[in-house]
Amino acid sequence: MIHLNLLIGFLKVGLFAFGGAYGAIPLIRDVVLSYGWLTDEALMSMIAVSESTPGPIMVNLATFVGASQAGVLGAIVATFAVVLPSFIVILILMALLKSAFKNQYVQAVLRGVKPAVIGIVLATGAFMLTKVLSPEGKGAPLTDLILTLIFTSILFLSPKVLKKKLSPILFIVLSAVLGAIVYTIFPG
Amino acid sequence: MLRILRDLFLVFAKIGLFTFGGGYAMISVIENNCVEKKKWITHDEMMDVTVMAESTPGPIAINMATYVGFKQAGMAGAVSATVGIVLPSFLIILLLSGIADALPAYPLVQNLFRGIRTAVPILILDAGFNMVRKMKKKPLPCAIVVCAMIAMFLINFFSVRFSSVALMAVCGAVSLCAFPITKKKGAGK
Repeated sequence: MIHLNLLIGFLKVGLFAFGGAYGAIPLIRDVVLSYGWLTDEALMSMIAVSESTPGPIMVNLATFVGASQAGVLGAIVATFAVVLPSFIVILILMALLKSAFKNQYVQAVLRGVKPAVIGIVLATGAFMLTKVLSPEGKGAPLTDLILTLIFTSILFLSPKVLKKKLSPILFIVLSAVLGAIVYTIFPG
Repeated sequence: MLRILRDLFLVFAKIGLFTFGGGYAMISVIENNCVEKKKWITHDEMMDVTVMAESTPGPIAINMATYVGFKQAGMAGAVSATVGIVLPSFLIILLLSGIADALPAYPLVQNLFRGIRTAVPILILDAGFNMVRKMKKKPLPCAIVVCAMIAMFLINFFSVRFSSVALMAVCGAVSLCAFPITKKKGAGK
């Protein structure tokens, strides 16, 4: 029974979670609380872990909730359920859109949607940056500010210095190492 | 055939293992691996998939993996890439679910993640700048980038309940309404 509920609950999440992980969290909360799987507090700590481990936050949360309710099989069911809708939707879109993409009116709409996505990506980055530099609306902790400047210069100067852009994966590994060193010495 | 399936699985497992901070941070990593290194898709296609991913439910990374996998090797490719991107985090969470309460207690681990959290916004901004660099610089799209950026920032800042999908729909509608004008201009050139 619990497996069936996990399947249905996370299919719902996968199907209705628009706008990335932060849109999905309220939806996951609804599902988890309505089935009475976890308390709000336990869910919050799972969200914190899911945000700091690699991979899509939504998938991490599904695995986590599934494992907590029904072990390995529960984790598999919940993860499968949360992934399935987007998998199928993309396959359908690929089949349908091949011809639709050539239509001039669809093209006109896309010419508006693409710049909008660029704006949304930039705004999300900028907003997350303000969160780092001003946690809870207070001024910037000096360590965060300095580390942000260091990371920015590393990423944007690397093409000029190394003649090659630093790969994003190397950049993340470097930020983890630098973070562990700098934040340990200067807790900020 | 088996080689491409293995390649898809490994590349997406690498992407899944090293991307922190959700979908937008993944865009840089996917662009670096699938567009620049493997040349599985072009930058324009990458933009198309980003649009599709944003306007359909579910994690962006899953949509990307499914798209690239299917394009390279059909259904089997779609499955390999999607399993590849999910598997690392699945295993990590499964391991952690037993000891999750103990982990944040180590200051070194906390600081490591704090470093990554500081780096993620910069990585996302870099992905955004990269898209700006490669777009066609016409007046209407440029205006939309700026307006959408300001609108989305305010939506986030004041925690307004207005989804990014609705914002994209509005911008699409504006562009469609302007089509008779932009079309005439295009024809005049």
